[in-house]
Amino acid sequence: MKNQMRKNYSVIVVGGGPAGLAAALGARQAGAERILIIDREVETGGILNQCIHSGFGLHYFKEELTGPEYAERFNQQVRSDKITILTDSYVLNITPDLKIEVISKKHGYLNLRAKAVVLAMGCRERTRGAIRTPGFRPSGVMTAGLAQKMVNMKGVLPGQRVAILGSGDIGMIMARRLILEGCQVVGVFELHPFSSGLTRNKVQCLDDFDIPLHLSTTVAFIHGRKRVERLTLAPVTTDYKPDLKQSWDIQCDTLLFSIGLIPENELSARLRIKMDPATGGPQVSSTMETSLPGVFACGNVLHVHDIVDFVSEESHRAGRYAAELALGMRRPGDNITLYPGENIASCTPHSLSSDREQTIYLRVKQPVKDATLKIGNRYEQKFRTLVPSEMVKLSLPPKVLNHFFGEQLRIEVSSEEGAQ
Amino acid sequence: MKKELICISCPMSCPLELTIVNGEILSITGNRCKNGEIYARQELTHPQRVVTTTVACRSGLWPRLPVKTIAAVPKDYVTNVVTELHEVEVEAPVLLGQIIIENVANTGIAVIATRSLPHETVKE
Repeated sequence: MKNQMRKNYSVIVVGGGPAGLAAALGARQAGAERILIIDREVETGGILNQCIHSGFGLHYFKEELTGPEYAERFNQQVRSDKITILTDSYVLNITPDLKIEVISKKHGYLNLRAKAVVLAMGCRERTRGAIRTPGFRPSGVMTAGLAQKMVNMKGVLPGQRVAILGSGDIGMIMARRLILEGCQVVGVFELHPFSSGLTRNKVQCLDDFDIPLHLSTTVAFIHGRKRVERLTLAPVTTDYKPDLKQSWDIQCDTLLFSIGLIPENELSARLRIKMDPATGGPQVSSTMETSLPGVFACGNVLHVHDIVDFVSEESHRAGRYAAELALGMRRPGDNITLYPGENIASCTPHSLSSDREQTIYLRVKQPVKDATLKIGNRYEQKFRTLVPSEMVKLSLPPKVLNHFFGEQLRIEVSSEEGAQ
Repeated sequence: MKKELICISCPMSCPLELTIVNGEILSITGNRCKNGEIYARQELTHPQRVVTTTVACRSGLWPRLPVKTIAAVPKDYVTNVVTELHEVEVEAPVLLGQIIIENVANTGIAVIATRSLPHETVKE
């Protein structure tokens, strides 16, 4: 049996997308010997493989790459680092003593052991069910990311006349993609009074192709018994309720949803690790360790990021800490706790250590101009604009953190106008 | 004359304001880096875009291979580039960066593979 799987690993990484790949590389760099990445797909790279557009890597590689190019750089490094990859394999369960049950196409049922586990399962898209769109349940209703995989990897079009609900980046990018593939895109409809994706995507994906963006609008009803036939669209009132008196119908055969992402935490929930309701992901310490010793989390399973570069940075760090633990090195516990205050939707990690530089990712609740971000009563940083769709990355050096030793630290954002 | 543009060079999406007199750009404001100015001048005179799409791939791990133009092509040529690439079929295996077409839609610009695509029978 030459393909017998080894049973014991120092670090097992669950998920081979950008987070898992970077975590495995981080673990190798920190000296871990036996590292395993488990992925349910036929290859690693995760969702990057279907994101054929460019815009990745500007921070991490200082050049603009497409999704597959970004993934391939990591895949090559993982291969040359001789990290074991188990594809076509699904993690069924993780036990609190770090036994990992896997069902694998090649090896069948496996029961593996790890000294440290990194959760890197990423996120999934919110579906029609999440917002309870009324109407029939015909074929032709799907998420934008599924349509992206169909078009870009399998060469199958989801339909001919397409409407898109939600102006998230994936929705706008798919609008352009479908036009280039010969479909008609009848419009992108957004519940909020502002586009929820990057402005540059509105310009290069919608404006370039004269695709209309209807703000403050939602799908009020999906018509068609077998296949989508038409949609009833309605403007929404200030409390986001459809105003049916002003509704209108539009003919189409496909409706794509691009309405947000949810961290994929079924395994974490079963492990009963402490979660953060604001992010939908686990609570983590400054070493990206969850409430269960030896289990680490990073990437979109921890909190949904906007750009993959930040996922790579964060996950590389998580992998390093996982390896340290596997090698028997236990850092002293954190001495500062962090919690969100005024206009902060979420912040990660949930505690800090003043002995080294700390990276904090946070999101605001409401858009603000000329904003002042305050941490405790000693640290301030100014921002021209802060919007919920753009995550903020902060780095705090030990000389700042030392002032906060033992404190419960509050992060808040205020605008100049509000302060006066 | 004032003209507003959104810079698409990076995710910052800087809002640019151009002052134009007799077709000459007198000033550009709102950009946070030099790419904003380069973009504004380019967009005003001859706008161009990098095209990313896919081509068919015979006996590959996936039936589609992602590709891109190695440089931006004039914006008016984007549709022609994609249409020409619809007719292209390559054979697996393909290597990252492999040239798919030397001169796409007479733009003088090459199209390359943006990933390696192994043969369908080859597993990692």
